Formats: sequence, C-alpha cells, structure tokens
Amino acid sequence: MKLLSPEYIKLVTEPINRKNPITVQVLGICSALAITVKLKPAIIMGLSVIFVVAFSNFIISCLRNFIPSRVRIIVQLTVIAMLVIVVDQLLKAFVYDVSKQLSVFVGLIITNCIIMGRLEAFAMTNKPIPALLDGIGNGTGYAIILIIVSFFRELFGSGTLLNYPVVEKIGLYKIGYVNNGLMILPPMALIIVGVIIWIQRSKNKDLIESR
Amino acid sequence: MENIINTFVRSIFIDNMIFAYFLGMCSYLAVSKTVKTSMGLGFAVIFVLSITVPINYLIESYLLKPGALKWISNTLSDVDLSFLSFIIFIAVIAAIVQLVEMVVEKFSPVLYNSLGIFLPLIAVNCAILGASLFMQEREYESIYEAFAFGLGSGVGWFLAIVLLAAIRERLKYSNIPAPLKGLGITFIITGLLGIAFMGFMGIKL
Repeated sequence: MKLLSPEYIKLVTEPINRKNPITVQVLGICSALAITVKLKPAIIMGLSVIFVVAFSNFIISCLRNFIPSRVRIIVQLTVIAMLVIVVDQLLKAFVYDVSKQLSVFVGLIITNCIIMGRLEAFAMTNKPIPALLDGIGNGTGYAIILIIVSFFRELFGSGTLLNYPVVEKIGLYKIGYVNNGLMILPPMALIIVGVIIWIQRSKNKDLIESR
Repeated sequence: MENIINTFVRSIFIDNMIFAYFLGMCSYLAVSKTVKTSMGLGFAVIFVLSITVPINYLIESYLLKPGALKWISNTLSDVDLSFLSFIIFIAVIAAIVQLVEMVVEKFSPVLYNSLGIFLPLIAVNCAILGASLFMQEREYESIYEAFAFGLGSGVGWFLAIVLLAAIRERLKYSNIPAPLKGLGITFIITGLLGIAFMGFMGIKL
C-alpha cells in the first residue's frame, strides 16, 4: 500500500474526531487534565504523548510475532518506560521550566491507558507502518483535547495565551473584567471536558449512549 | 507523629488522587457503574497503594537517590540513578500486583473472589504509579510517612469512586439531555464533586 492511500489517511484522521481517545474511547484521561492550566505545558505534553504512542506502537508492532502473549504486558511496559525516560531526559535538557511544571505527569505517560490501549487493540495485530500512523492519529486526538481545554482555562483563568497578556491588551480589565479564578482550579478541567463531549455528541448523533 | 497524621488526612481530602490530580481516571470512569464493584476496586487500590508506596520508598532511598548507594561503599556515594526511577517503579508495581494476586488466591479465596478480577487492572492504574512518583517528588522523611501517604491516597481514591458510583446509580432515573448521557454527565459530576472537596482546602492538624 502507498503511504497516502485512503486507509492510511483514515488511520490518522479518525481518532481526531469520531474515535477520539479521550471523548469517545475514554482512554488516557488520567494524566490529561492536571497539566491544562496553561497552554504551553499542554502543548509539550501533547507532543510527548504523540512521540511515545507512535514509537511504542511501531516498536511493539515490529516485535509482535516474538512476544509471548503471557508476558506481553511487562514487555509493553518496558518499551513504554524506555521511551518515556527518553522524553523526560529531553525535556529536562531543553525545556527545564516546563519539565518542572509537568512534574510527575511525564512519568505518568507510562500508565496512560491510551498507550496500553492502542498497543493491545492495534499494534499487536497490525503491521508496523499502520501502527505508527495509528499512534500518530491517537496522540494527535489526545493533544487536541488538551490544547482546547488549556486554551479556555488559560484565557479565562489567567487572561493570557502562551503567557501573552491577551485580555490586558484588548483592554477588558479597564472596563471592569475580572479573571475567573475557578478556571485555574482542577475541577474546571473536568467540566470543560464534559462540555466538549456534549458538543461533540450533539454534532455526531451516533455517538450518543443509549442509557 | 503529628506529621504522619497530617500527611494521612491531607492525602485523603486535599490532595485527593482523583479530584486534585485526576489520577486513575480510566478505571474510575469505567468501573463506577455500581457501588458494589466500585467498592471492590477501591479496596484493591487501598491495598496495593499501601504496599507499593513504602516499598518504592525503600528502593528510592537505598538505591536510586543521588548518594543513596553510600551504604555499599564510599566510592559509590556520588552515583545518581534517579533517571531509572520510572522503569524500576513500574516493574516493582507490576511484580507486587502479581505477587499479591498469587498470595491472596492461595490464602484467602473469599478475598480473591472479591478483589481478584480487579488486581490485573490495577497494575496500569495511574494512581498507583502516580503515588510512587509523588512520594519521590515530595521527599517524605520516613517510611511511616510514606506509608501514611500511600494509605491516605488509597482511602481518598476509594471515597471518590464510591461517591461517584452512588450518584451514578441514582442518575439512571433522571432526565439528562441525550448527548450528555453517560460519559459527559459523569465528567461534570466529578467536577462538581471536586469543587465540593475543595472545601477541605487549608485544613491542617
């Protein structure tokens, strides 16, 4: 198959909307939300997850015929942990301040269900190239939700975007606008995701749960 | 002693694994349909957390920390193995979960029947690894404090999942907008519960 065949493109685009790992498959919410107070850490977290999902999918898919199924979980965890260590050391070397903000959540990419979920559901039964693309697609779907949530939280909670004072430049503070402190607190991330799910499901009626 | 109780209470209410850090959300959302199963999973989490956190504490302070190898010989005193902590912690957790499963199966079939199916799920629960990583980051002073932290986090997680399951059981009878049904409303309820839990903020013994 050629790289740009419709099936391959579908592998990347499906998880961004109709099979989104967070809002539809309900995977990987664990470490998703705590780092969405500001846009920058969310983007970096998104990129790290794309990297780890894509390459762990690729590596496991290459190895899939050699892994005995009884010990597959520990093999998968070792591969993921290795990739996460690489990401962690890179972040510490190049963006130290963000690495401090993400604190334990980089390490928690290891137990992010999205990665194990994709390895079990896709990489163990598919060839390396589709697995790589599936990883990129799912990582992107995850990153997009993180970016949407953190966009609203940073804009309404701190009045900035990527630390640029948007609200101040527009001049809203002068006419009495106040930042919404609730947005910075952890519970708001959950409520924003709830609202995103609501909007997405009213657009795609077939995603609605029956009960 | 006061310190230890303080850590315990803090990790239940203020630094609650779910409401403050969103750890273990996957199984929290998937298993909270009925109170009974969620209690089973909750107990399993308490159990595993109160074992893995102290063990990882010992590994952290006698093997991984910068200078931790000093007890072997003085020449090793500037070795820093902390970059290995992710892989070692997760291996320890996976091994202990397996071990606990076997021990429980052998000695207490009743307990095994109620916890058994949840134990494999727990190896990849973010709350378990998360607690070990928080323990590493917060640098607790003694193993007792680490134990109190593990136990408290487990109790907090238990509390959260049972609360949510009880609400979801009632929710079946309410009239929710169709696109919000299921996952959507669960997120919003968790958010509201989180806001309620923030009332505990600032408590100090």
